[in-house]
Amino acid sequence: MNHLILGPLLLPLLAGALSVLLVNQSLFRQRLLGLTSCLAVTVMSTALIYQSATEPIQVYVLGDWRPPFGIVMVLDRLSAMMILITSLLAFLCLIYAAQETDRQGKNFHALFQFQIMGINGAFLTGDIFNLFVFFEVMLLSSYGLILHGAGRYRTRAGLHYVILNLVGSSIFLVAVGVLYGLLGTLNMADLAVRMTHAPAENAALLKAAGLILFSVFALKAALLPLCFWLPSAYGFTSAPVAALFAVMTKVGVYAILRIYTLIFGDGAGVAANLITPWLMPIALTTLVAGAIGLVAGTDLRQISSYLVLMSVGTLLAVIGTFDMAAIAAAMVYLPHTTFMTAGMFLTADMIDRQRPDAGTGLTPDQPVRQKTLLGFLFLGTAVSIVGLPPLSGFTAKVMMLMTVQSHSAAPWLWALMLAGGLISLIVLGRAGTIIFWKTLPENPLHTSRAISFVHAFPALTLLSISPLLVLLGGPISEFAYATADQITRPAQYVEAVLGLDNAVLLLQSKGG
Amino acid sequence: MIIALIPLLPLAGSIIPFLFSSRSHHAAAAGCVAGVSLILLLAQAPAVFAGQMPIHSWQWIPAIGLNFAFRISGFGFLVACLILGIGLLIILYARYYLSTEDPMGRFYAYLLLFMGSMLGIVLSENLILLMMFWELTSISSFLLIGFWTHRADARQGARMALIITGGGGFAMLAGFILLGHIVGSFELTDILASKEQVQGHHLYAVTLVLILLGAFTKSAQFPFQFWLPHAMAAPTPVSAYLHSATMVKAGVFMLALMFPVLSGSALWFYLVAPVGLVTLVFAAYMAMFKDDLKGLLAYSTVSHLGLITLLLGLGSPLAAVAAVFHLFNHAMFKAGLFMLSGIIDHEAGTRDMNRLSGLWKYMPVTATLTMAGCAAMAGIPMFNGFLSKEMFLAQTLKPNLFGDQAWIIPLGATLASIFAVAYSIRMIHEVFFNGPATDMDKQPHEPSRGMRLPAEILMALCLLVGIFPAVLAGPMVNAAAQSILGPEMPEFTLSLWHGFNLALAMSAIAIIGGIVVFKFRRYLFDSHIWFSRYCDGKAIFETVTDWLIQSGYRLNQAVFNSSLQRYMALLIISVIVLGSSPFWRSETKFLGTATMTAIDPVTFIMGIILILCALATVITHRNRILSIIMLGTVGLIVSLTFSRFSAPDLALTQISVETVTIILLMMALFMLPRNSPKDSSRYRRQRDVLLAGLAGGGAGALAMGILTRPYETISDFFLAQSVPGGGGTNVVNVILVDFRGFDTLGEITVLAIAGLAIYALLHNFEIEAPQTDALGRPWTSDRFPMILANITRPLLPLALLFSAYIFLRGHNEPGGGFIAGLITAAALILQYIASGIVWTRPRLNFDNHIVMAWGLIVALVTGLCSWVFHYPFLTSTFTYVSWPWIGKFELASAIVFDLGVFLVVVGSVMLILVKLGAVNSPDAQTVSTLAQHHPDLEPEKEMF
Repeated sequence: MNHLILGPLLLPLLAGALSVLLVNQSLFRQRLLGLTSCLAVTVMSTALIYQSATEPIQVYVLGDWRPPFGIVMVLDRLSAMMILITSLLAFLCLIYAAQETDRQGKNFHALFQFQIMGINGAFLTGDIFNLFVFFEVMLLSSYGLILHGAGRYRTRAGLHYVILNLVGSSIFLVAVGVLYGLLGTLNMADLAVRMTHAPAENAALLKAAGLILFSVFALKAALLPLCFWLPSAYGFTSAPVAALFAVMTKVGVYAILRIYTLIFGDGAGVAANLITPWLMPIALTTLVAGAIGLVAGTDLRQISSYLVLMSVGTLLAVIGTFDMAAIAAAMVYLPHTTFMTAGMFLTADMIDRQRPDAGTGLTPDQPVRQKTLLGFLFLGTAVSIVGLPPLSGFTAKVMMLMTVQSHSAAPWLWALMLAGGLISLIVLGRAGTIIFWKTLPENPLHTSRAISFVHAFPALTLLSISPLLVLLGGPISEFAYATADQITRPAQYVEAVLGLDNAVLLLQSKGG
Repeated sequence: MIIALIPLLPLAGSIIPFLFSSRSHHAAAAGCVAGVSLILLLAQAPAVFAGQMPIHSWQWIPAIGLNFAFRISGFGFLVACLILGIGLLIILYARYYLSTEDPMGRFYAYLLLFMGSMLGIVLSENLILLMMFWELTSISSFLLIGFWTHRADARQGARMALIITGGGGFAMLAGFILLGHIVGSFELTDILASKEQVQGHHLYAVTLVLILLGAFTKSAQFPFQFWLPHAMAAPTPVSAYLHSATMVKAGVFMLALMFPVLSGSALWFYLVAPVGLVTLVFAAYMAMFKDDLKGLLAYSTVSHLGLITLLLGLGSPLAAVAAVFHLFNHAMFKAGLFMLSGIIDHEAGTRDMNRLSGLWKYMPVTATLTMAGCAAMAGIPMFNGFLSKEMFLAQTLKPNLFGDQAWIIPLGATLASIFAVAYSIRMIHEVFFNGPATDMDKQPHEPSRGMRLPAEILMALCLLVGIFPAVLAGPMVNAAAQSILGPEMPEFTLSLWHGFNLALAMSAIAIIGGIVVFKFRRYLFDSHIWFSRYCDGKAIFETVTDWLIQSGYRLNQAVFNSSLQRYMALLIISVIVLGSSPFWRSETKFLGTATMTAIDPVTFIMGIILILCALATVITHRNRILSIIMLGTVGLIVSLTFSRFSAPDLALTQISVETVTIILLMMALFMLPRNSPKDSSRYRRQRDVLLAGLAGGGAGALAMGILTRPYETISDFFLAQSVPGGGGTNVVNVILVDFRGFDTLGEITVLAIAGLAIYALLHNFEIEAPQTDALGRPWTSDRFPMILANITRPLLPLALLFSAYIFLRGHNEPGGGFIAGLITAAALILQYIASGIVWTRPRLNFDNHIVMAWGLIVALVTGLCSWVFHYPFLTSTFTYVSWPWIGKFELASAIVFDLGVFLVVVGSVMLILVKLGAVNSPDAQTVSTLAQHHPDLEPEKEMF
């Protein structure tokens, strides 16, 4: 058994627990511990993504109780990719947080490590109740992190976030209860197998469970009309937390992709292709709502939050085709959009520090002190987000446009994706010119502190990922295709977890 | 590789200017980069003139058809020569033009970036690669136009140019993807050879429109012409380069590039020719009325671009040749004229023609050069502009698809030529003559040598090409046209004299008409005022963007209103809609076939109480204490239900959770008024009742649906394996700590996180219980009751003993770490309640953080131990040992895990309760004195 699979889960748990032990000691030790853990997890994730690309799907049987009875962790290309994205992003966010943010409240480092554990766990688990558990780990720690540093708006946004998500958790339990009641198992691969021969009289109930579950994932992914918590939660929390949360909505996206290809996919018998009629229209309206919010934005942080909304809409609209090539394109877009929106949150925060009166608001203020550095960061990140060349937004957008071309809703997808790009171009162009160009005379009494290299390092690194995604576009798109191929053929997953006999059941059901 | 270097060098060179500090070094470095690129380009000349097309290609991202592929076609070579040649002159010119305050290094960096992108456009072999360079020109031109960032017009102009050209680029990208889809390749070589395939495809019309949108926006064709005049806020070198020779030419370059594959259809003609014609006439007319020299030149540029577009729209091979030739000529004279207008601005302090006059006296050389440029612009014989204009006029006379209305094209062409002559004369007249120089800020004089040299070179070329076209321009134009037209290449000769023909007559009419119009311009100026008021595209553009922003803002305010109630209602509605949708047209029966158990009186009564208490909780919700009591009763009934249906573990857990929760709620209530205000409208209450009823009813219905169906689950395995596999007879506990121990590990982490999060929240928040209520009465008069204190102290050891018992028997009998932890926490908290924090805290002197953390570590390490024995994480083992006096005793690794659970539960529950209690304890004032010794209680100073 490959113990490395558990690394991205257990190491943050251990580091988090040790951070709690260090609660009353110097922050330096907590930082060191947290950063070491994050770096180690990143290294492990790199090893795991290499394994996932070279080996078949791996299964880790916890407690040595064979599936479907015990809990399993499953490492396929999708989960390996998500873990790598998470751990890299977390490492960079923590470097940023260690500059100042972690000082503003208690227990930041412990909560941060538990957050990583929760996200990685959600990506790895092959058990639907265990997914619930990791959603809870994620939810509680993200609640703690949103509130970190306090402030009235932060507390209100955090309250909305946690209450909506707690209700979401109860709904999750109802849905899982129905699934367990009808199919008698919690293992996701086993659910998929049992779904293939579920009797027709249970169809409506099973579908109801699947759709209720979808509403929970839609809440996590921030799809309309369940996205309202997002702009304020992301807009008001501290920058490194908001940046880390760029990957949180992707957990919802991941869950949708996983559950509705594996359990309610092609081969799901009476409940086959369950959310196909729902997903794309909902995602496209989310894209529109994000664009409207973007246009209305009067603050760079707020604008960044709506960019997250738009990226979720785009991503799920493309995934909504449930076409192999389109999913591959979405897999290319996913890391790009995660890293870039995260970078935008960090850049906005650094801009905030050098504009004494306006902060991130779109009103004229004194020029920022480090014009070249911040201007470069903003311009680069904005170019990438808008989808202009030569950065990764462009290649990802082109790939998505190309792969959805044959779908019947292609005109909608094209029109909205391109119009979304144009609107973000207008908004970010406006934001950039106001912040960097439309400046008031410098006030010699009001000097802001310079941003050190280490402070700017995370945002610079995030930005530099963008050209790398383009330069290595060949191998990356190949990996994405292989990933999409694995996702759209869930029999592989079932075979890895439950053996060949069960996988055959799934394959047979696909025809009928 | 050499071809690829031509665009890549300037792109990479855009960092060079950052490496030097002196202004001259910047210019020299930029010049070197451009120069090397030009040499590399010229080295390809023999191949190009021999009719070859060198191509170099490397695969990049096959998934999107992107190849790193470059080609040098005759046409590409010509435009690349213009880009680099004029670019070098601009680099020289800008060195003298920019003032010492301008950041020179940044300017050259942007300029080289732009130059490289332009070269990329004209040399790309792959359409997607071309698209990358195309949008790069939008970005770099944005930076260049907005170079003088302190000027509002520069910012607006830059933004407008970016949005219009960038937006057009998005459309063009879509068009390219469709084109690539039709052809099956993104290589230009393949695409240009697939005319029939493309034009026969049902997507041809869409593709064409999308690509034309990109080209028209870039080349400022009607109705997108307005961004270009506003881009004149840029420094003059930028205008001279971008808005005469290069960027705006990218659009017509694209039209010419796509000419072999997209042209020839009626649709092409009806889309391209009218746009070109309208732009040609409209912009020529507008140019007449511009008082700003650069504004005049800008509209003139738009007009000339319209001319080229019209030529390409006409679609005949000779028209294409004329288009290429005019593109070449226009770049030269217009770049020169822009530089000259910059010189005038620089030396006279203004470029407003109302203020300028009589400069001939001060700067005769500049005046002569400007006259040469204007002559070329107006199409006077002996200058290059005349030649291509003649060819253009001849082409407009050919029959075309307008049929009977074909005369409209030569009419428009003549009109535009008349205006062109008129505005050229006006420019010369008002700047250099028109009385003595009066309204100048400074004494005008000839510019420095370096600043004038580029214009001199360009004007000399205009004249030389005008006189010896066949020698100087012939081969290049020939190669360019050949590469566009291929086998359809017509016979043509470039010469000054074509004999007396209708085109010459039109030229003559234009010159005479131009002079007449100039003479009587006053009348036109009067009539123009209303026209210019309604025809400013910028105003419309700004109205549209403002409207977009305003309505977006309003819509957003209406929807995102930060009301949790609304968000919650939306969530519940979504769940109801999604969850009920499968039943809308379902034909199968909702309930299953299983028979229901008969209801006994006890269960029935319990059910009734449960329902009543649930209702009472809602109805009494404004009286908070009452409501909590009702809620507690609901919890109690639920525990009773658990034990009624033989789930003692669940019942125990439920009871202890209830206890702790109620304590928690009471503490929170302490800080709130007794009654909550009435704040929901009638409608809102009705809506909420409906939603809650549907959601609750729906969940109940789902449960009924499941319970009436046959039930087969994996739980039989758990029952069978509990003793042999898990070593415990209490299946619930074995599931918790063994079968699904990983879930439990996750859940105790959740509990720990909740503790940390709530602790951090309260820590930052500094809530204080009020001292008095609204009427001035003391908030609380309670003292710690002595009887309670005296009972609870001896009770503590008993409670702890009991919880140890519950813990130890957990694996086999109802109990376990979770329940034991809750009991311990409740027992400890009872001490705080009874005796107050000041008395209790020093006596229970341990940090709950530490307890919690050790709990997690114990659980985790227990799981890790199985790695030592080469088993997966959390594999359990157990054995039986015989202890003296106690007898046979089971030792299970799961018990250690359960100990971790116990510690986490105690630690986190205590962490929350003590923190919350410390805030609102009656003796809260004294707490702060304890703070130094007990960091749990009050915020401490920053430690780092």
